[in-house]
Amino acid sequence: MDAAKQQAYWKENLTYIVVLLAIWFFVSFFCGIMVVDQLDAVRIGGFPLGFWFANQGSMITFVALIWIYVGLMNKLDIKYDVHEGE
Amino acid sequence: MSILVWTWIITGASFALYIYIAYAARAKSTGDFYAAEQSVPAFMNGMATGADWMSAASFISMAGLISFMGRDGSFYLMGWTGGYVLLAFLFGPYLRKYGKFTIPQFMADRYYSNTIRVVSLCCAIFVSFTYVAGQMRGVGVVFSRFMGLSIDMGVVVGMALVFFYATLGGMKGITYTQVAQYCVLITAYLIPAIFISMQFTGNPIPQLGYGSTITPEGAALLNDPATQGKYLLDVLDGIQKDLGFAAYTQGTRPRIDVWFITMSLMIGTAGLPHILIRFFTVPKMRDARSSAGWALIFIALLYTTAPAIAVFARTNFVKSIHNVRYEDAPSWFKNWEKTKLVGWKDKNGDGVMQIAKGAWDDAKSTNEVKIDQDIMVLANPEIAKLPNWVVGLIGAGGLAAALSTAAGLLLVISAAISHDLMKGIITPDMSEKAELMWARAAAGVAVCIAGLFGIYPPGFVAQVVAFAFGLAAASFFPCILMGVFNKKMNKEGAMAGMIVGIVFVAAYIIYFKFVNPSMNNAKGWWFGISPEGIGTVGAALNFITMYVVSKFTPAPPQEIQDLVGSLRFPGKVAPPSHH
Repeated sequence: MDAAKQQAYWKENLTYIVVLLAIWFFVSFFCGIMVVDQLDAVRIGGFPLGFWFANQGSMITFVALIWIYVGLMNKLDIKYDVHEGE
Repeated sequence: MSILVWTWIITGASFALYIYIAYAARAKSTGDFYAAEQSVPAFMNGMATGADWMSAASFISMAGLISFMGRDGSFYLMGWTGGYVLLAFLFGPYLRKYGKFTIPQFMADRYYSNTIRVVSLCCAIFVSFTYVAGQMRGVGVVFSRFMGLSIDMGVVVGMALVFFYATLGGMKGITYTQVAQYCVLITAYLIPAIFISMQFTGNPIPQLGYGSTITPEGAALLNDPATQGKYLLDVLDGIQKDLGFAAYTQGTRPRIDVWFITMSLMIGTAGLPHILIRFFTVPKMRDARSSAGWALIFIALLYTTAPAIAVFARTNFVKSIHNVRYEDAPSWFKNWEKTKLVGWKDKNGDGVMQIAKGAWDDAKSTNEVKIDQDIMVLANPEIAKLPNWVVGLIGAGGLAAALSTAAGLLLVISAAISHDLMKGIITPDMSEKAELMWARAAAGVAVCIAGLFGIYPPGFVAQVVAFAFGLAAASFFPCILMGVFNKKMNKEGAMAGMIVGIVFVAAYIIYFKFVNPSMNNAKGWWFGISPEGIGTVGAALNFITMYVVSKFTPAPPQEIQDLVGSLRFPGKVAPPSHH
């Protein structure tokens, strides 16, 4: 991999990280803490929505975020031909 | 069969399994001992990380804590899982690419300084000992409550077991034992939760159950037909308000404090050496990412169940005790009274148990019932009238959680001594055989010290747990992050940042916990940030200091910048041409 390609690979990786961390911040610090009382006005079944984000929603999103990143990076590795194989 | 017999059978079988695995996976080289020859599949590493992470406190105490704190307790849930996102994105793959054995070693290579290595190894040892003290105590407590041994005897049995598999197997033995321990602990945690969720709401998934409505069977268990068809959380909110507490789904802690604690726990998690070193054990960079994904799935399985247990247990406990005559108290209440986890003091002399705000032994409060947080998990199966074998599982699960975490921490301590201090600094020409001997000896000594902490618990353990996270957040997190993401970060910056972070966090915690505890409240804290959340500020100060100092000091040598470059890509990367 030459220097230009390395830079491009790293830049794409950083973009993924920034976007996914924005979601990470949104579900936990924003929905689960900062606007939790406002969200509580909405209910899903027995759960007030803000309470649900604080109790479960943020954790479920965290799991999804990691696996999305795993998928994106595996594709990126193939695109730049640095895939490590099975 | 009785609960005691079931507990002995299940615990005995699980111990035999751990010993067998440890023997089969014993370490033959230092690579084996520190990093399991980098041959652990991502799925297994995720499971081992889960067991490593979930401690006696997660298993025994967390659901109970949350049941008292209501929504405020969510900072444990978000804080102790959110760190894995950071690990997967920012640390895991790059540490794996680096490929060596310890965090102090990474710090020393990246920041080309042995001083940093010494500071890092001291931090790693301090953080790990703080953490391990609670684990050995946890082992003793489980033995004494479920199996009739004394706490001290329990600690000794636990020590002997950990000694055997940590010194023999090193990382390899620990990893595969942790996989087994995860299976034991998660089974023990989920089965009672599933049963209880079915009883109350008819929904076998506890995560959904506590947001559902109460069935006729559930209402019968609660002795309150009026609750039938109502949402469980609404019923609990009502109970809380009747007793004079805040509604369960509402928070009372200042939001800024919750925010800072959550952040501190997240970045502290991502800076804990015993979790970071797990990423050295997988074969490839991509496995590091997916093993973080597996780890979080396995952890979230327990962490999403905990708030459900909290809600079921709290509702059930209050309904079966509050305003009930003592002679009519359920049998589990009287059983657990012997362990002093629950108690009753008839302050108004009416023979009826009343729960209210305040401490049960405080004459001014009308509260008459003592409820220890641990009872919510330990006695939950009995409270819900589950069969004896389910109760027997809880003991084995608690032991698995405590032992697996203790083993991971002891390995960090052992590697810090043998690899970083002895091989890295004092006698660099030591042979591999000698190093392995040192590693085993250090693990053995560390087990004994940890055991002493368990038998003679220093009173300050609970006080310094905030320290472990605060310190990890303010020291390792910023330095490793900048080490990977900023090629120009130099040793002067890292050194200054670490010192500022550590000193600030230590000073803040020592001041509020030891020097002036009377000020340890929202009014006394800076900006309303508690000592538990101060790691966030310490990390921010570390980042700022690093950045500023690095701007005024020479950039790192070219080979260090090339090393950082090579961490960012899989496979062999030719160093970029220099201009």
